[in-house]
Amino acid sequence: MLSSTADNLYWLARYMERADFLARAIEASRRLAALPKAYGGEDTEWQSVLLSSGAAAAFENTGKPATEANVVEFLTFSRDNPSSIRNCLECARTNARAVRTALTVEMWEAINGAYLELKAMEARRGAYSSDELGRFLEFVKQTSLTYDGGAYRTMLRNDAYWFSRVGLFIERADNTARLLDVKYHVLLPEKELVGGSLDYFQWSAILRAVSAHTAYHWVYRTSMKPWLVADLLILRPEMPRSLISCYESIVRNLDNLARAHGRQGAAQRQARGVYGKLETLTMESVFQGGLHEFIQGFISENNRLGALISEQYLF
Amino acid sequence: MDHRVTQFDEMGGPDGATRAPYQKLAQWLAGTPPELLASRREQAELLFRRIGITFAVYGAQEATERLIPFDILPRIIARSEWTALEKGLVQRVTALNLFLADIYGKGEILKAGKVPAELVYGNPGYCPEMAGRRVPHDIHVHIAGVDIVRTDDHGFYVLEDNARTPSGVSYMLENREVMMRLFPDLFSMHRVAPIEDYPDELLATLRSVAPPKASNEPTIALMTPGQYNSAYYEHSFLADKLGVELVEGRDLFVKDDVVYMRTTEGPRRVDVIYRRIDDDFLDPLTFRPDSALGVAGLIGAYHAGNVTLANAVGTGVADDKAMYTYMPDVIRFYLGEEPLLQNVPTWRCREPEALSYVLDRLEELVVKEVNGSGGYGMLVGPHASKAQVEEFRAKLKAHPDNFIAQPTLALSTCPISVAQGVAPRHVDLRPFVLSGANGVRVVPGGLTRVAMTEKSLVVNSSQGGGTKDTWVIDDAIMGQA
Repeated sequence: MLSSTADNLYWLARYMERADFLARAIEASRRLAALPKAYGGEDTEWQSVLLSSGAAAAFENTGKPATEANVVEFLTFSRDNPSSIRNCLECARTNARAVRTALTVEMWEAINGAYLELKAMEARRGAYSSDELGRFLEFVKQTSLTYDGGAYRTMLRNDAYWFSRVGLFIERADNTARLLDVKYHVLLPEKELVGGSLDYFQWSAILRAVSAHTAYHWVYRTSMKPWLVADLLILRPEMPRSLISCYESIVRNLDNLARAHGRQGAAQRQARGVYGKLETLTMESVFQGGLHEFIQGFISENNRLGALISEQYLF
Repeated sequence: MDHRVTQFDEMGGPDGATRAPYQKLAQWLAGTPPELLASRREQAELLFRRIGITFAVYGAQEATERLIPFDILPRIIARSEWTALEKGLVQRVTALNLFLADIYGKGEILKAGKVPAELVYGNPGYCPEMAGRRVPHDIHVHIAGVDIVRTDDHGFYVLEDNARTPSGVSYMLENREVMMRLFPDLFSMHRVAPIEDYPDELLATLRSVAPPKASNEPTIALMTPGQYNSAYYEHSFLADKLGVELVEGRDLFVKDDVVYMRTTEGPRRVDVIYRRIDDDFLDPLTFRPDSALGVAGLIGAYHAGNVTLANAVGTGVADDKAMYTYMPDVIRFYLGEEPLLQNVPTWRCREPEALSYVLDRLEELVVKEVNGSGGYGMLVGPHASKAQVEEFRAKLKAHPDNFIAQPTLALSTCPISVAQGVAPRHVDLRPFVLSGANGVRVVPGGLTRVAMTEKSLVVNSSQGGGTKDTWVIDDAIMGQA
């Protein structure tokens, strides 16, 4: 496969996944912001979503205050934010156009259809009502589902598929890690107890954002506990968004590539290294070292894997 | 003036009686409620938009990707008419290839005085780097698009030879796909010659001209300038149908006069490049140094015989509008046959008597720039304002060599589906002719282009023209109830 094709497929998958994550992160923040202020929460929700999506510095450059309206605009339709949902979908389509030959009709139609719809929405949007924003976020998640389902159902299991999957899971691992970090950035007021009702709602909002609320109860059959939420999203192999589950897929897809190409390299070794560490990790050690610190470390290892893949496959 | 412009309707015929190839369609139309047509029109538009069949328009800021309007009524050609056309096309393209091999070789036709040497050597499409070079099987134009018009039932005229990188074949194929999805009933009533094998034929053609040094399984790639090119959709579509890699310049590199693609498994040798990029941009070392679209060293590899370029470099010399006027002589010279397809009568403005004739009749004529394309740089006399005519007169006097003139042809019309029902619109036809070591062939059909606006003669997509499916049908079914 052409290196440029592999590169495009990899980034296409990452952009689609990132758009989905942004929609989910905004939803989580809306839930957090909707909690009764009587709980005494400070208004850090919108700052937190910027921090967790890695867009804080770019937002700062706009000079605007981090109000809901400003942050939502910045993360959804802004052309100034290279990672806004709009720009993610546009980049995804640009990449998709470049590799149409490697996509199935279903995948292309999912992206192209969404892009056209997005343009129409962009043209007619005024100030968002709460309902309209909800519908937009739903549309973004739906697009990602359709695309992902199209890939899963229709693509040949060859290098095009493996490169897309690797891109998807690297992005998803990054996003799950960042989502967990939201909780770190949303400050719990001092008088609130860890494990108190505000804390409970905050963790619950995160679970809902990744559609894992029910899963939590199936797995643990107990009330919401922060270390269990973290356990679910980091170490539980049966949870499809968990870091370990993402890495299991990354390792498998990179191994498929290595077999097809008849050689493996630094990318395979890095992926197996990260996966191995996750396999032996316990939540106790994560919390001892600090969840935030663990997440920051994970995100940088994950980025390193991205760089090694580029190097190995000549992107 | 307009009485000359709408005479022959391909469905209605000269006298308004439905012509034989269209009889079944006419019956079907008579029994079809207008609402059904309207709803199929909408479905067609939706299909094209969903599939993303677009073309980019240079300079148009907002609509950088446009849909080409598609008309749902087929243009129908009887097999007997087609067979005559096909013979003429094969003859013409065979002569084109002999001509190109000759002018880059011994130049017999120039020595014989049949074509003025300065018209060849002074032509911007002439490529001095190709002089004395031979290409595999002496085939230069592997893919030709010959623009055809008709003015009455008696025959077809060639309007233009496109010997560089003719486009539009994806529309021919996609139009058929969409029609088969929308009108299965019409297909079962007609015996429509299939065109779906075009990609196989193209692949076989490209394989047949691989360099002699290449393996039995030559690697073929389709080279595009990239996704901002107006025909990018077509490039990716064709690469897909051919099952070959779609490459840009940056995907290729040349080492020791051999062309390689960069792949995830390392470099892979390329034997044949179907390039959809103009000569000037192929290799910054040979042509434009400012171009980032090409590959440094490509021409070196080409001359070393390690890669075949389709079409060959320098074919533009055969497709400009000045050379066109000599095509009948070119056919006679190489094949010793009379041309089966007529040229449109053409005045070469480089000849003084012709120029003065043209200047006297600008309001009646179509004047074209010899190197123009896409409907740019032309004057349609009967439809132009006084100011436009005078402006063109000045251009023409300043550089007569740059222009040819033709009568305003009574281009045939074909019915299209419009909001009010059906209405006639002017059409042309671009069949695609493939030439390889395995012969010259044409799939039965082509791209019918339609001037969507009433009375307009401009069918170019960059000027708002549309397309329709082109059917070649067996004569046996014509006239059956």
